[in-house]
Amino acid sequence: MSDDAIAVFQVEARENLELIEQGLLDLLDRPEDRDLVDAVFRGLHTLKGSGAMFGFDALAAFTHHCESAFERVRKDEVAATADLVSAVLAARDHMRRLMEDPSGDHAAAGDLLLADLERAVREAEAIAPTFAARPGMTTWRIRFDLPSNAFRNGVNPLALLAELRDLGEASVVADMSRVPPLNLIEPTDHYLAWDVLLTTDQGRAAIEDVFIFVMDDMTLEIEAVEDAACIEGGETEAAMVQPAAALADPMPNPATAPAVGDPVDVDVARPVRIAESVRVPADRLDELMDRVGELVIAQSRLGQIAHASADPLLRAVSEDIGRLSGELRDTMMVLRMVPVATLFGRFRRLIHDLARETGKAIELSTDGETTEIDKTVIERLADPLIHLIRNAADHGLEQPEDRVAAGKTETGSICLSAHQSGGEVVIVIRDDGRGIDRERVRAKAEAQGLIEPGAAISDHDLLQMIFHPGFSTAQAVTNLSGRGVGMDVVKRTIDSLRGSIDVASRPGEGSEVSLRIPLTLAIIDGLLVRVGQGRYVIPLSAVEECLELSLDEDRRSRGRSFISLRDRLVPFLRLRELFATGTPPELHQKVVVVSSGEERIGLVVDQIIGDHQTVIKSMSKLHASLSTFSGATILGDGGVALILDIANLVAMGQEQEAQMREAV
Amino acid sequence: MSAQDDVAPAAGWTGAEQVEVLTFELSGELFALDAVRVQEIIDLAPETVVPGADPFAGSVINFRGKVIPLADLRVAFDLEIGAFTIDSRIVVIEIELDGEQTLVGLRTDKVHEVTTLERSASEAPPSVGMRWRPEFIQCLVKRKDEFIVVPALQAIFNQHQDARQPVASQTRH
Repeated sequence: MSDDAIAVFQVEARENLELIEQGLLDLLDRPEDRDLVDAVFRGLHTLKGSGAMFGFDALAAFTHHCESAFERVRKDEVAATADLVSAVLAARDHMRRLMEDPSGDHAAAGDLLLADLERAVREAEAIAPTFAARPGMTTWRIRFDLPSNAFRNGVNPLALLAELRDLGEASVVADMSRVPPLNLIEPTDHYLAWDVLLTTDQGRAAIEDVFIFVMDDMTLEIEAVEDAACIEGGETEAAMVQPAAALADPMPNPATAPAVGDPVDVDVARPVRIAESVRVPADRLDELMDRVGELVIAQSRLGQIAHASADPLLRAVSEDIGRLSGELRDTMMVLRMVPVATLFGRFRRLIHDLARETGKAIELSTDGETTEIDKTVIERLADPLIHLIRNAADHGLEQPEDRVAAGKTETGSICLSAHQSGGEVVIVIRDDGRGIDRERVRAKAEAQGLIEPGAAISDHDLLQMIFHPGFSTAQAVTNLSGRGVGMDVVKRTIDSLRGSIDVASRPGEGSEVSLRIPLTLAIIDGLLVRVGQGRYVIPLSAVEECLELSLDEDRRSRGRSFISLRDRLVPFLRLRELFATGTPPELHQKVVVVSSGEERIGLVVDQIIGDHQTVIKSMSKLHASLSTFSGATILGDGGVALILDIANLVAMGQEQEAQMREAV
Repeated sequence: MSAQDDVAPAAGWTGAEQVEVLTFELSGELFALDAVRVQEIIDLAPETVVPGADPFAGSVINFRGKVIPLADLRVAFDLEIGAFTIDSRIVVIEIELDGEQTLVGLRTDKVHEVTTLERSASEAPPSVGMRWRPEFIQCLVKRKDEFIVVPALQAIFNQHQDARQPVASQTRH
C-alpha cells in the first residue's frame, strides 16, 4: 500500500472520527435521535472497513467491538445512556491513537476501554426497557434504483436483494426498461431497478438498514401495503432520497474504492454536501501567498515609477495592476480564512470531559461561529482557548450546590463568542461563575513582589496580574489547571499573534476574557511614516488619528510628554528619541495616535508618507528580542521598513506615563 | 561544516585535508570562510538601521524579497570601521541561529577568490599575543608569507545572539 494512499486514509479517518465525536456529543443532548445513532454507527462501520483495507488491523478489530456494542443501541436493545456514550467517546480517542500510531502497543489500554464499554452496555440494558414489542407481519413494497456507476463503486445489488430475502418472504421483480440495446451496453454500468414485495415481522428501520451504506446515493421508496391494493401515502418522504443527491456525489476517491470486495462492508457512498470543494495542502496556499506578497511589492514599485512618470498609458496600466493585485490579495486572504466554528467545535468535547472530571454541570454556548480567521491563526489559538476554558470551568464555575446557594441555576454556563471588529477578531470567553477573587490576586501579587504591599493599583491592572508567569490563585493544584503555567502561556501566544488579551470580572457574577486577534498574519494595511532617515510601518488597524505637533507645542510639552486630545491626556513617545536618530525634529512633526485594547498613546514621527500594503516578513533571530518591532516589510523602492509593534509601544508609553506620575 | 566551527578553537582544523574557501578582506586583514556556506555575493544594498539592535548586526537589507540581517565582523574583532569603497561587497551566507537556518549578509571590504586551503598549513590561534578573541577564530592558515584568518562564525553568531538573551540560551550548545 503506498504511503499516499495511507495518508489519504488517515485524513479521511480523522474527519470520520471528528464526525463520530460530534455525533456522540449530540447524542448526549438528544439520546432519542435515531439519525444520530445511525450516523455514528455508519462512521464506526466505515472506519472498521477502511481500516482493515489499509492494513490498520488493530484499529479494525477494536472498532469492530465498538460497532457491535453500538449496533445494539441502533437496534433499540439498549438505550444510549450518557455512560455508554462517554465510553464510546473514550473508545473513539483510542481509535484515533490506533490510527495515528498503528505500530504502538495499545492492546492493554484497548482492553480496558472495551471492558468499560461492555459494563456501560450492560448497565444500559438494565435501565432501558427494551423497545416496544415488535409489530406483526407487514407487507412492504420496496422500490429501489441504483446510480449507473454503482458497480464501479463496489455496490453489489445481489447482496442487497439477499439481505432483503433474509428479512422475510420476498418477491422480486426487476425493472429492465432502462437496459439499452446490446451494442450500447457499457458492461460496467448499472441499468436495472427493482420492485420488491416483502412480508416481514421487522419494521421499516430494518429494511432501511439493508440500504444504509448506499442510501445516500440511490432512490429508495418503502411503502407499507395494508392490503395488496391499498397503499398508504404520506409515509414515503422519510425514506426518499433525492436523486439529485446521487448525481451530486463526486467520484469516490480511488484510494478508497476497492477493486473487488464485499460491497456492504465498504461505504463508498459518502454523502458529500459541498459538491464543489477542493482539498489543497496548506503549504501550497502558503506558497501562493508568498507569490502574491511579491506581486504586491512589485506592484507598489511600479506604482512609484508610474507616479513619477508623465506617461498616461503607464499610469493607466499601473492603476489596473494595482487594483488587480489588491483584489488578488483579498481573494487570497479569503482562501486562507476558516470559520471559527472549526475551533469551537473542538471545545464541546472538552466541556464534556471537564464536566465529568469536576462533577460540575456545565453548559457551553457559542455565538458567531461563522466569523472567519486566517487558518494559521486558528491553529495557534486552540491551546490558549483550551487553557481559558479549563480555567473558567475549574476556577470560575462553582460546584452545583454552591451555585444554588448563591441563587444561580445549578448548571454553570460558559459562553464562547466571536465577532469581527475592524481588522481584528474578538473572541470572548465568558462564564457565570464566582468571578476572580481580587483579595487573593492581590495577596499573591504582594507575596511574589509584583506590587508593593498595600499599594494603590487600579482594578484593571490588578486583574492583569494573573498573566504574570508563575501566577495562579488556585490554592490546590488540581488535575485541570492551577499549576500557574496557563495564563502567562496564553498571554505569550496571543502576543506572538500580535493580539491582545483583556480580562474583566465581577465578583459573584462571573468573568470575561477577551482576545483581540488580527485577521491575518501575512499582509496588513499599514501607515508608512518617516522618523529621521528611517521609514516605519504602523499597522493601520491600530491607528486612531493623526495630528500635527508644532514646534511650539513640542517645546511646551517637553518634560511632560502629554497631548490633550478632546479633554483626555494622551501620553506620547518621541520615536526620534526612542530610535536615537540624531536628527533635528522636523518643523511640522506629526502625532499618530494608536491604540491597543483600551489604551492609547501618541507616536511622534517626522513625516507621514501614506498608506502602504504591507507584506509582513519576520525578523531573524538576531533581532527577535527587539520588542519595538514586530517584523519588517519591503517597500516599493526595494528598501526595508520596520513594522512597529504597537502593543509593546503602548505598554512602553503607559510605563513612561506611570513614571512621570510618580516623579510629579 | 558547522561541526568544524563548533569544535574548540585550540583543536584548530578538523575533518577533511582540504577545504574550499572564499577569501575576503576586512580592514586590511585577510579572512576566509567555508565556500559551502556562501549563497551569493552581492553589491552593497541600501541598509535599514534597526534601532536598538546589537551593532554587530545593526541593520537589515532586502535580499531577493527577504529581509535579512547584515552583520559586521569588524565589530566582533574590534577592527577599525572604515568607509565603504568601490570594492565593498556583501557576502550572503547561511548560518544556524537558534536551530534555524538563517540567511545573513556579511560586510566585506573586498572579495578575493575561491581557493583551497591545506590542513597542513593551518594552526590553532595562539592563546597569548593575539589581539583578537581566540574563541572567535577557528584557525589561522599560512599561505605564502601571509596568514589567513578563518573565523569561527557559528561561535561569533551564537555569542551575539546570546548577548541579547542572557539566561536561557547559554546552555544550548
